Amino acid sequence: MNKKSFTEHIKKYAVTYLFIMLSVFFIIVSGMDIHYVASQLLLRLNRNAFIVLALIIPIIAGMGINFAITIGAMAAQIGLLLTISWGVSGIVGILLAGSITLVLGSLFGFLIGKLLNKMKGQETIGSMILGYFANGAYQLLFLFIFGSLIPLSDKVTIVGATGVQNTLNLTGSVGLYKAVDGIFQVPFLTGLYVLCACAAAFAVFQYTRKKTSLRRMAVTVGVVVFLAALTMVPAIGDIFRKTARHNAITVPVITWLLIGVLCLFNSTVMSTRLGQKFRAVGQSQTVANAAGIDVDRTRVIAIMISTVLAGWGQIVFMQSDGIGTFQTYAAHEQVGLYAGAAILVGGASIDRATNTQALIGTFLFHSLFITAQSAASNLFGDSAVGEYFRAFLSYGVIALALVIYAWRASKKKKEGSLDLSAMAKN
Amino acid sequence: MSGDYILEMNHITKEYGSVAVLKDVTLRIRPGEIHALLGENGAGKSTLMNVLFGMPVIHSTGGYRGEVIVDGEKTNILSPMDAMDKGIGMVHQEFMLIPGFSITDNIKLNREITRPWAVSRVLGSDLEFLNRGRMAEDARAALDSVGMGIDELALVSGLPVGHMQFIEIAREIDKRGIKVLVFDEPTAVLTESEAQQLLGVMKDIASRGIAIIFITHRLDEVMDAADTITILRDGTLVQTLDKKKTSQEQLAALMIGRGDESVISVSRREKEISGKVAMEIRDLWVNMPGEVTRGVDLDVMEGEILGIGGLAGQGKIGIPNGIMGLYEAAGKVKLFGKDLPLNNAAGALKCGLAMVSEDRRGVGLLLDQSIEDNIVFSAMQVNGRFLKKWLGQKDAAAIRAHADKMVADLDIRCTSAQQPVGTLSGGNQQKVCVARALTLEPKFLFVAEPTRGIDIGAKQLVLDTLVRLNRETGMTIVMVSSELQELRSVCDRIAIIAEGRVEAVLRPGDSDVEFGLAMSGASRKGGKRK
Repeated sequence: MNKKSFTEHIKKYAVTYLFIMLSVFFIIVSGMDIHYVASQLLLRLNRNAFIVLALIIPIIAGMGINFAITIGAMAAQIGLLLTISWGVSGIVGILLAGSITLVLGSLFGFLIGKLLNKMKGQETIGSMILGYFANGAYQLLFLFIFGSLIPLSDKVTIVGATGVQNTLNLTGSVGLYKAVDGIFQVPFLTGLYVLCACAAAFAVFQYTRKKTSLRRMAVTVGVVVFLAALTMVPAIGDIFRKTARHNAITVPVITWLLIGVLCLFNSTVMSTRLGQKFRAVGQSQTVANAAGIDVDRTRVIAIMISTVLAGWGQIVFMQSDGIGTFQTYAAHEQVGLYAGAAILVGGASIDRATNTQALIGTFLFHSLFITAQSAASNLFGDSAVGEYFRAFLSYGVIALALVIYAWRASKKKKEGSLDLSAMAKN
Repeated sequence: MSGDYILEMNHITKEYGSVAVLKDVTLRIRPGEIHALLGENGAGKSTLMNVLFGMPVIHSTGGYRGEVIVDGEKTNILSPMDAMDKGIGMVHQEFMLIPGFSITDNIKLNREITRPWAVSRVLGSDLEFLNRGRMAEDARAALDSVGMGIDELALVSGLPVGHMQFIEIAREIDKRGIKVLVFDEPTAVLTESEAQQLLGVMKDIASRGIAIIFITHRLDEVMDAADTITILRDGTLVQTLDKKKTSQEQLAALMIGRGDESVISVSRREKEISGKVAMEIRDLWVNMPGEVTRGVDLDVMEGEILGIGGLAGQGKIGIPNGIMGLYEAAGKVKLFGKDLPLNNAAGALKCGLAMVSEDRRGVGLLLDQSIEDNIVFSAMQVNGRFLKKWLGQKDAAAIRAHADKMVADLDIRCTSAQQPVGTLSGGNQQKVCVARALTLEPKFLFVAEPTRGIDIGAKQLVLDTLVRLNRETGMTIVMVSSELQELRSVCDRIAIIAEGRVEAVLRPGDSDVEFGLAMSGASRKGGKRK
């Protein structure tokens, strides 16, 4: 890498590098047990990654960060509510909730898409306000319409009044808690080794089919071997292994497979005709339109996919280890904010995003979330500061991304026009 | 014999409301022919092409009369997609390319070669995989046919502007069954050698039997490449000529072709113009999108009305906007011997300059405000007039008196000076703009496109007002207009701008040929194109 492209790289990923440094700093300052941090991080990654990945397609389609994924989360909560009310449990219950989310999410996504088409150029703020608006409609639905107009079982309603209970529980006899996570768990290290073996095998396979260069294969194999070797170091390996002080960290295989499938979906779609349309519309609506692409329809499809995926992500979140209950009237509120902030931290911007950025972003964002409270109480003697810091962080990074985007756009515009001072001299 | 033609557009008439923009125009093109379409702005070239491409703007305004025959078959083209299906393609003036895409992806945009798989068989062809290998092969072939050796997988964003034009052409050629290809001002952004290459490619395409419609204003290129030439003026067909039987001079005259028929009768000047220079413009560059001015040298004499004419997009509007500090500018401008600060709108107003903007509704007027507020707005902000001494409140009485005087002087038709400007007709709004500029008591007035979008009666009133101001107060006026006839009616001298520079300074009485050649950039010998 030469010097110029190196500075370009640093500029492009300045936010990401800043967060890496912050994370390391916070982990040290918080004085938390590294095993605890690692286990929490893995847990949160598997809870949140799905939702963050749902943001990618609208970004590529030029619609900015779809904060209206909040509405997808609401669709998922309606799905969960009905599932609990009807008493369907286990993986069947999750599938039922997922199907309801698919139907409602598509419908909502269609409507959101239609509306965003009327406010081109303002999608980010538009989708955010839409989320707030939908929250009102959601409250009305859950407070007055469910239970009275739409009959529900008394498992979820407030006895002697209208409306849905304040907290919905997925645990115990409801049987939705860990319905996906709990299917198949393996120790983290076992999972890592299997993954490494698969990656190495795939790289070699691709090389024998001449789909990839020798160098790329070598790099992949090298990284894999290095990772595996790293866990052999006792100090590192023991973070994940069972020791006298803590249990081994395990990972839910099925959930991770789902996240993998979603990554694969995102990248597969991009190599189809539909993906080409997303990209074209994202880069220039005028050109796409001139080529005969139905711009509005393409954008609606992008938002529909995103809304449904976010809904499924919310179900994954709700059933995951350590959640199990949710605040009926508030659980969806921060979904868009946290997911949006996470993907931006990973180095995505208003107009480009990748799977890797989504995953790295989720990882970094949550590493700060975990450590913020103890770090703050160690630094300032007050853990409440950590709470402020979280809000500051989320909104701050979004504001920063918007500013950087506007700044880049104006710089690009300048580059496109004449350099008058240079012109006038000759 | 209609069978000879690949495309016939017979007796096309198109009206927007009561205004006919095309009157009984006929255009017939043979396979393998390069047919040039000439005309000033507003002559009807783009409307004719909009009809050919079935643009929504045509169909949403009541369609057109006449018939379109493609390959011997009478058709009604409903949409641009429909036109594409019928084998009519367009090379756009504005590049329709996506910078972040590779050349291949651009050439194949929305016509991708795909490979079906299990999921796409269920959920539709949108989910078929792109077959990038075959797409690249097609792109390679198309690029080779326009003589471009560049890598078909390179990103468009890094390419020089000149290459983009050729990629557009390659894309059109790649469309199978293309019969007619329209080139809209294709050489506008090209260097001399690229333009030559492009003309070569056009001839090559034509030799394969594709008919080409070549829209341009460069007469030398027309003489070089075209076989047949059709000239439009004011929405009517002037003539269709064989290239071999005409000359640049004849084409120029036919394009302008109104002699000295005048828009209004103008009182003769009593005193001769002093001969003192009011404004000295040297090497003025203005970065106004779509109207870039590239090094204008011009002297404006005290007391004269100087016209600035030329085709749209050549940079004439950039001149007043640059001097007034509304767009980024560079160069040297002296007003009455003193240096004028550039890129400083307030400074320009303070120096005694005023401008009536071409963008009346955008930057000219506050539409919800009353006439009187609009009239005094600039003077109040710039010179601090019409304000009471104590706390600087608006001096309502003075404003009213001044506004009433202006309304009477300029004959602004309104119920009262308190009426919101937005409710006035276009002509009266323009007069409010003039009134506001006059309230600044300028020594020097720029007027840009003063008659755009207003009816003929109002046009005469606005022009009369300008002439009267000039005669009575001796105010120096620079009037920029796309309407050459208007300029020839009221101006003492007319500078014609082509490609961002002064092409020629002419007298109103000079011949149509001279004006036509100047506007097409052909009067400058040797063609100093950058």
